[in-house]
Parts: sequence; structure tokens; C-alpha cells
Amino acid sequence: MDLTRLEINRRTALLTSAAIAANVINPMRAFAQETPKKGGVFNVHYGAEQRQLNPSIQASTGVYIISGKIQESLVDLDADGKPVGVLAESWESSTDGKTIAFKLRKGVTWHDGKPFTSADVEFTAMNMWKKILNYGSTLQLFLTAVDTPDPQTAVFRYERPMPLNLLLRALPDLGYISAKHLYENGDIRQNPTNLAPVGTGPFKFVKYERGQYIIADRNPDYWRSNAPYLDRIVWKVITDRAAAAAQLEAGELQYCPFSSLTISDMARLGKDKRFVATTKGNEGNARTNTIEFNFRRKELSDIRVRRAIAHAIDVPFFIENFLGDFAKLGTGPIPSTSTDFYPGAGTPQYPYDKAKAAALLDEAGFKAGPGGARFSLKLLPAPWGEDISLWSTFIQQSLKDVGITVEIVRNDGGGFLKQVYDEHAFDLATGWHQYRNDPAVSTTVWYRSGQPKGAPWTNQWGWEDKQVDTTIDNALTELDAAKRKALYAEFVKEVNTELPVWMPIEQIFVTVISAKARNHSNTPRWGSSSWHDLWLSA
Amino acid sequence: MRILSLAGRRLAASIPTLFLILIGVFLLLQFAPGDTVDALMAQMGGGDAATARDLRKFYGLDVSVPMQLANYLWHLVQLDLGFSSIYGKPVATVILERLPPTILLMTASLSFAFFFGLVFGVIASRAVNKWPDTLISTLGLIFYATPSFWFGLMAIVVFSIYLQWLPAGGFEDIGQVQSGFWRVIDIARHLILPTLTLGLIFLAIYLRIMRASMLEVLNLDYVRTARAKGLDETRVVTGHVLRNALLPMVTLIGLQAGTMLGGSVVVESVFSLPGLGRLAYESVVQRDLNTLLGIVFVSALLVITVNFVVDLLYARLDPRISAEG
Repeated sequence: MDLTRLEINRRTALLTSAAIAANVINPMRAFAQETPKKGGVFNVHYGAEQRQLNPSIQASTGVYIISGKIQESLVDLDADGKPVGVLAESWESSTDGKTIAFKLRKGVTWHDGKPFTSADVEFTAMNMWKKILNYGSTLQLFLTAVDTPDPQTAVFRYERPMPLNLLLRALPDLGYISAKHLYENGDIRQNPTNLAPVGTGPFKFVKYERGQYIIADRNPDYWRSNAPYLDRIVWKVITDRAAAAAQLEAGELQYCPFSSLTISDMARLGKDKRFVATTKGNEGNARTNTIEFNFRRKELSDIRVRRAIAHAIDVPFFIENFLGDFAKLGTGPIPSTSTDFYPGAGTPQYPYDKAKAAALLDEAGFKAGPGGARFSLKLLPAPWGEDISLWSTFIQQSLKDVGITVEIVRNDGGGFLKQVYDEHAFDLATGWHQYRNDPAVSTTVWYRSGQPKGAPWTNQWGWEDKQVDTTIDNALTELDAAKRKALYAEFVKEVNTELPVWMPIEQIFVTVISAKARNHSNTPRWGSSSWHDLWLSA
Repeated sequence: MRILSLAGRRLAASIPTLFLILIGVFLLLQFAPGDTVDALMAQMGGGDAATARDLRKFYGLDVSVPMQLANYLWHLVQLDLGFSSIYGKPVATVILERLPPTILLMTASLSFAFFFGLVFGVIASRAVNKWPDTLISTLGLIFYATPSFWFGLMAIVVFSIYLQWLPAGGFEDIGQVQSGFWRVIDIARHLILPTLTLGLIFLAIYLRIMRASMLEVLNLDYVRTARAKGLDETRVVTGHVLRNALLPMVTLIGLQAGTMLGGSVVVESVFSLPGLGRLAYESVVQRDLNTLLGIVFVSALLVITVNFVVDLLYARLDPRISAEG
């Protein structure tokens, strides 16, 4: 299944056949002939407001979509998904992996005019990433100090070896820098700058009107000369998905990021020549749909029952009929978009086989009773997306066919996290696992035992496997890139065999954007990136 | 003066009710699993248990539920609505920021529904069982039966997407900074579709009530007397019938002020208006108890105020009411 099919379909109608050939390889190349135009207002759909907007203390796309334009990270990813310097120009790791030195960009100033220096990096890393930032506190657990020999050098010192490729893949999301002079006094969490961000980025924060809009204007002193092109970005707070689609069609929005519209609207607008609907530019924001098993349930602690459940669900049918072009069959916790770590298709899989599922359940001693029923389970779907809701109903119906009665218990966000990750009041749970460029950042924590109770999106299944723990720990400090990849392949094989969590569907977020936008979707985390080269054609 | 003492007594009687409502809402929200820190964690996309513990302490969630309730009520007695955990501002400030769109929307919708309900009701009753009556009654039934979110979306499709006459959402145009008169016009333009959407259901109700009560009053003896005196039909309707037929309409306004606040949640979401309804929804999802209780408090005050005004109107329309008070 071709994930970019919609985009290509749309273009085939517009371009000559000669251009199509180039387009299939790189859909953005078709625009290369045009001269970028300065000016214009770019209106962005903002579906869920955040409590604060500082990406140095909160790693989430809801924050990056705004402050990724205002604040900058040490590194970002280029079109090929390789780390490229932003506030850092170059980096170097010592042979033991315990010291990583960054050379910082010269002549960069904060929006309030103060110079950006290594002191800002030191302050942000030690006080924000290590102490407050979600995922950051795990990544920087063994960070002991950041030395600042001169204003353009920051040397990270680690207690245990830190693989350079792990750090560089984590930093695009977990490497945003905040200004020391604005945060050094008082409680960082309560600092008013969190809601009026000050950064070094191409756009300057102007105004945040809660419940309505956020505005940022062009930064005339931006260090990339001749950038940005846009005059202004406006994020409009629109909670209703249908209303957002209507505003897009009425020309009041130019961009609906991260699958913020309904599945049917995205498919419909993708066929409209005024818009582009594409998964391109979101490769770095891949997510997988999960089935999480609670091992405290006797039935589910039996590996045969977990495998039976995986076999009982016709995933390709579900994808084809409910998710369409926006999803594909998954093979486990590391999605195929991860060119650096995807282990290939050789790991244990559970294709649809109802007879095999029934046989496994029989073998586990859960024979079908009167009316074919074996036992019943409580399923908690996360409320984040339409697909999760559809998927939970599909699980319910599929399992009924093999004699497992499923009761779906719906909660809102807070309720779901509390019940699954704190109270463990679930048998099955289903939601999204978001992959963040390196398994050590986002993924292994779902499988590593010893996670504190109440920490969301961690191993709360009551499952423990010493061998998997060892593989995870070894990969975390392995400096050799090839060996790391092999360790993660080993990890995927182990967890696909044991199946504490099953991740059978891969999805990439869908962007719906005005056909006038240029230079969009040209990096794997484009929605979160700085948009310094984005422009609007007439 | 008597009317004022009547209203004053009503006001005093509503204070215990207000407290009961607040305690009820507080306890009800305790049944929802998770608290504001869980909601915050959901938004952040992950975090560790130690952070959660710190945050619970910060928001005062580490003490027992009765203690939290006692704390809240104690602050409320001092007219302090507390601190909003989503917005990081005092609840009173957050609500004050969100109040204008909701009040504007409610006032506009109520006036629209009341005025056209009255006019169409009178027309229908004057032409009872003839074609204008059938037409108006059928339209009323359609308006009543249409879900407001659907109507809102259709209105956007027609007026914003196809005709491009009116904005599809938002409270005002942020593309250009406007002030004074032009800002008023701009906000009014943005409010047309939401007002229609929220108002049509109420219009249908008013229309039915007005038609029925006109028909009833038209058959009373004093109307026959007035006609017998030789007054023309218009004078009979405006001078004699309307005033008495208006009483049930005014009663409804008081009752519907509360309903309208509920209906505004949907309309505010569809039209992206930064009002109280959406704020209430948001605070439930985010488990921001203080803000939610603050909204309940302010809404209750609004309903009490509207009913107070209705009481005054009663006295104006029918002097017997204040005399009886």
C-alpha cells in the first residue's frame, strides 16, 4: 500500500506525464522552479490547547506545532532523516562515549536581543531536560554536567556511555533550548515565559488569546539570512473536527496537521485540487496501534491466550475498510519508517487464523462453554483518535468469534491513564505508541520491567523478562551503530515472541495543507519543525 | 418596592441552592477517574511518577476529598474562586475573559428567538389554519427537530464555503486589528451564524407558545368586549391581547436562560467561539475542578439574574403579580 498515493493521484491530474516520473520520486521537486515569494499569513488548525508552550519542559507535538517555530533545538532532521545542526553547528563524541561536545552557532540572538551562548544550553539541559522534560529525564538520566569552556562550546558529560546516534536522534524533539536569563529565577514550571515563549527561531511570539488564537510574526533578525518567508503564522483554536474542515474549505485555514480532521474529511479533501493530503513530512511521527495485555489476569498471563487474541483479529481487513490509505500492516514496536532500526519482516507475526486461535485457547484450557463463550475481558480504549475507537469495536467483534466476550469501557484522557497506568484496572487496553526516531527514547520503556506505578506509557502490564531487560540495557549504552541495530532487532524478536503488547498497525499522521504552500512536508518531522523555508504561492 | 423585596427574598433563597449545586458538582466529579494531574500527563504524552507526586502537591490534590471540598468552600465564602490548573490564572479572571462571547451569544439568540417567535406566533394565530399558519408551524417543527450542531455545520457549508458571505468561525477577525465601530461590526458578522444556530430551536418553542397563548386570549370575554366597542383588529391585538399573551413567553425566558448555556457548548465548539460553554467542557476533560465550579457558580448567578429581571417584567405586564407578592 502506497502511503503517498493520495498526493500523487492529485498531482497526476495537474502535471504532464514527464513531470510525473520525477514527482513519484520526490513530490516536492515539482516546485523547485518557482521563485520563493515573501509575505503572507499562514493559518494553522490547533485542535487541543496545551497548558504551556515551552518545548524544553514538555515534549509533545501539541507544543512543537507552535513553539517549534519560536524556539530552536540543537539539531533537527533533514529531508533524509539525518541529524543536521540548528543551534549546534557540529558535534563530537569521545571514544568512551562519556563526553559529547557541541560547537554552537555564532551570532544567534534571543528574540529579546540577548546573545545565545553555551550557558543557555547548560542551564536548559541540567534544569529542564534532566529534571522536568518528559522522556528527557530518562534520556539524560546519566548526564552529570555540561561544561561551558567558552560561549560557543557545550560539553555534555555522562556517567555511562551515551551513543552519539541515540542523542542526535533524540535531540530534534528533546533538545529545545530556553533562555537562561528568563528562567534562572523562580519556579520554571510557573514561569510566565512558558506561555509567551522567547526563542531564537524564525518567528517571534506576539499574542496568545486563550480559546481563540496564537500569533507569531517574522523575526527580522533571524540567523538564517533571507528567512523566513511568511509574515505571520496564526494558530486557530478549533476543537470541532468538522468545523476545522469547514474553515479549511472556506480558506480561513491553510494547514490541518497531525490527522486533525476526521478520516473521511481527509480522504475527501485529498481529492480536492485546492488541497494536498499526504503522510509525507510525518515519517518521524509514526505511531502504531496497540493491544496491551494485563498479566494480572490469569488468562492473559498465558502466552497461548495472547497469541490466540492476536491470531483472532483480521488486521488487513480492518485497515482496508476503516483506515484506508492512511495505515498499513505493522510488524511490532519499531515501525518500518525507522530506516535506522527497522529489523525487517523476519520477526514472529500473528496472521489472521480463527481456527488456530480457537485451538490455542483450547490448549490453554479455556474450552468453549455453552453458546461458545470461553471468558470475558474488559477493554479500555484510549480516547485520542477515531481509529482507536473503531479498532476497539473491531477487537470486540473479532474476539466474540473465538468465544471471548469483550466489554468496552470508554474514558476520557485522564480517566484512561489513571485506570490503565495507575490502578491497572484493565484486562486489555488499546491506544497509540508514538515512535520517536530511536527505540531508546520512546519504545523500550513500554517493555522494560521496573517502571514506577503510575507512569503513563510504560510497562504497567505486570510483565517481566530478564532477557528483554538485558537487551534493552545493552542497547542503551552500545556505541557501535551496527551493533545497536542488531540489539534492537533482537529486542523486537523477543517481544514479538512473548507478546506483552501487540502493535499490529502502523500509521503515519496525515497532513492536509493548502495547495499554495511551498517547501512543506520536506523533513520527517515537518509539522514540528521551524518552517523557516515555508512560503505561499499566489 | 414590594417587587424588590420579592426578588430579594428569591435571591436569598437561592444561596443555599447554589451551595448544594456546587457540592453536588464537586462530588460528582470525584466519581470520574483521574484528576487534573492525570489529564496533564495525558497532554504531555508521558512523565514519571515523582513529577506527578510533585504536581499533585502543587494543585492541593494530596489531601482528602472532604478536606479539598472544605478548602474550596472556605475560599468561596471569601469570594475567592480559586486558581485554574489549566490556565495558571485565577478562575475569576479566566471566566471574565470567556464571559463576553457567551453573554453576547445568549442575548442575541434570546432576543432573536423572542422577537421572531413573537412576530411569527402572532401571524400564525391571526391566520389560524390558513396557509401562513401551516407554513410557520411546519417551519417551527423543522427548526425544533433539527440538531443544532448539524444546522450549524450546514449553515457554514452554505454561507461560508459556497457563498463566502460570512466567516466560518471565530469571534473576530484576527487578520487585521480593528477598533471601535468596525470591531463591533466584525464581531456582529461572526455572531450571525452562531446566533441563528442557537436561536432557531428556541424560536420554534416561542412561536408555538405565542401562537397558543394568543389563540387562548383571543377567545376571552374582554377581547370580545373590545371588539364590540368597535376597536379595529390591530388595536385589539396590540393593546389588549398581546400584553396578556406575553406572560407565558416571559416565563419561558427565565426557564431557558439555563438551557441556553447548555446549548452554547455545542454552538461554541462548532463555531470556535471562546465562550463559557467550551470552557466548561474543557475543564471537565482536563479535570480542572476549580474552573468548573467557578463556571457553575457564575452560570447560577446568571440564571438567578435573568429570573430576577423576569420577575420585574411580570410586574410590569401584570400588576396583580406584584400585588400578590
